[in-house]
Amino acid sequence: MGDSAVLLGQLFNGVSVASILLLAAMGLVLSFGLMHVINMAHGEMLMVGGYLSFLTLKFVHGPAAFLACLLVAFAGAALLGALLELSVVRWLYGRPLDTLLATWGVSLILQQAARSIFGPIGVELTAPAWLNRSFSFTQGWLAGVQLPYIRVFIIVLSAAVLGSVALFIGRSQWGMLLRAVHQDREMAESLGVNTRLVDLLVFALGSGVAGLAGSALALISPVTPTVGQSFIVYAFLVTIVGGLGSLLGTALAALLVGIFSAAVQINFSLSTADVLLLLMVVALIQFRPRGLITRNSRSLSEA
Amino acid sequence: MLKHAQFPLYALALALFAFAPELVSPYHLSLLGRFLAFAILALGLTLVWGYGGILSLGQGVFFGLGGYCLAMHLKLAALPPGEIPDFMQWSGLTQLPWFWAPFRNPYFALAALFLVPALLAAGLAWLVFHRRVGGVYFALITQALALALSTFVISQQPYTGGFNGLTDFSSFLGFTLTDPSTQRLLYWLTLAVLALAFAFCSWLVRSNFGKLLTAIRDGENRVRFLGYNPTPYKVAVFALGALLAGLAGALFTLHVGVISPALIGVVPSIEMIIWVAVGGRASLAGAVLGTLIVNFGKDWISSAMPDLWLIVMGLLFILVVTALPGGLTGLGASLRRPVPAFRFPFRFPERKPSSAPTVSIVAPEAEDLP
Repeated sequence: MGDSAVLLGQLFNGVSVASILLLAAMGLVLSFGLMHVINMAHGEMLMVGGYLSFLTLKFVHGPAAFLACLLVAFAGAALLGALLELSVVRWLYGRPLDTLLATWGVSLILQQAARSIFGPIGVELTAPAWLNRSFSFTQGWLAGVQLPYIRVFIIVLSAAVLGSVALFIGRSQWGMLLRAVHQDREMAESLGVNTRLVDLLVFALGSGVAGLAGSALALISPVTPTVGQSFIVYAFLVTIVGGLGSLLGTALAALLVGIFSAAVQINFSLSTADVLLLLMVVALIQFRPRGLITRNSRSLSEA
Repeated sequence: MLKHAQFPLYALALALFAFAPELVSPYHLSLLGRFLAFAILALGLTLVWGYGGILSLGQGVFFGLGGYCLAMHLKLAALPPGEIPDFMQWSGLTQLPWFWAPFRNPYFALAALFLVPALLAAGLAWLVFHRRVGGVYFALITQALALALSTFVISQQPYTGGFNGLTDFSSFLGFTLTDPSTQRLLYWLTLAVLALAFAFCSWLVRSNFGKLLTAIRDGENRVRFLGYNPTPYKVAVFALGALLAGLAGALFTLHVGVISPALIGVVPSIEMIIWVAVGGRASLAGAVLGTLIVNFGKDWISSAMPDLWLIVMGLLFILVVTALPGGLTGLGASLRRPVPAFRFPFRFPERKPSSAPTVSIVAPEAEDLP
């Protein structure tokens, strides 16, 4: 296996991690951009998605079972997200740091609940047989590179979700309301948009997408009570790098973070990669303090 | 804030704490000692978060740096000259790493435990704040710092002692640490440091610096319009908070005899926030009170039912933030505040009464005017 093959394999891993990061960060970006709310329990939506997939596979069998998992994970996480918005987040609009702390409390409770129900050790998901293969290159300069179907599937899934969410926001009636609230909440409200309902839907949508991410993540690593917590810090870094302007920024940032981590891990340990990643983010802030892609605005941002 | 009317109260509290070694069991005294060390950190967090409006989710990092700086000296002081610490031998090192060497000198270690956390904090804060990135972003960056540093310390087993951290200390500046009289001295030292820090912080928040800090918290752009640059103030207060955290970490290490990555990661760092939030985020006395209450509560709950503590902490976060944003010291104000009405996010179609008043554009009657 040549050097270029190692590099390419690692690059591919980076892109697949980036896809999950993108799914996880999408909800964060949407709800922070719209409501200035940081949801620390967002990582637990991943966890819930993972556990729901695990449970679904207990009841549903057959080749399409994993697709059922995705549906259940999306619906379950979205429902939980809506519940969280109604019970906690709703009371804290305009106090972003307080929302952060309250949702952190929710995340602790959810983690402990998962620990009591499923035990502290993770549960394994068996991927369906049609995903358990890989493309392998046997000749040419790519010889030795293996591309597992699972990771290809995750990349395709995340691209599809990105596309659908972009279509939803850009083309649908609800998407128009969402953009209106995003641009000018007071004005939208005075034109009769039910902004609180838009907030609720966006929060639920973001949570649902995180549930999908959890389902996808369950394919490559076991679901543990702390899976969300360990993953969400990277999703936050993606949010910081990408900015709140557009989904494209989030996608670029996810790719940057995923590939950077994977590339650094060729030569360094995972923990060193974490430190370097943080340094990179702080360095990026020096050049693009509002994220990679920004909307032009004359308003003074207090975010 | 130290007002004259409250002065006897603080003096009484100080006297009560000073006599604690006579009043409580040695076990509870050792708990009290380390919780008072925590309270020093909480004072810093009150300045940074309560007065400065900067939420730090990485205060454990600075606590840990202070602790490690002192622990490196204690570890070396416990060795015969020329030997290297046991965990380094196990990891195959034969020579003391260069950055360990100066810690043989106790005064270097003492200076480092102040300077290392403060300088790291100042550097990070300046890099982020001078680009006008703040608020939630800064909180998330400090959390990433806590994650990165704690995993880094764990992974560097030969240089940091890895997951087990640094332990097995014998003496500091000639005092034998396990000696009961040293333990008492250490308790009083902690109390004295806390009292000094308290006095300093209450002077600081009443000074011009404190007023500007509060102004920056409440309207950073307005402060800018008035011609001040908020960045140096934010950097300074964050560095001061880190310095107090480092000091707390060092005292804690002396009390407990160990410092390990488990004390500096993401979860311990955010636990520190709840101490301050329970007491009242913008009250220095509240910070001390909250730290003691939460930690004694944690000790009590986790010895009775270990699984329960995380749930209790989660509920505390939700309750304090939603119902009691002023914490215990702001209890009175919170009770007087009207509870906001819950608005259902869906609109049900309103049934129109048949005799709906028609909208008429006429001048309002005189009595309608306020």
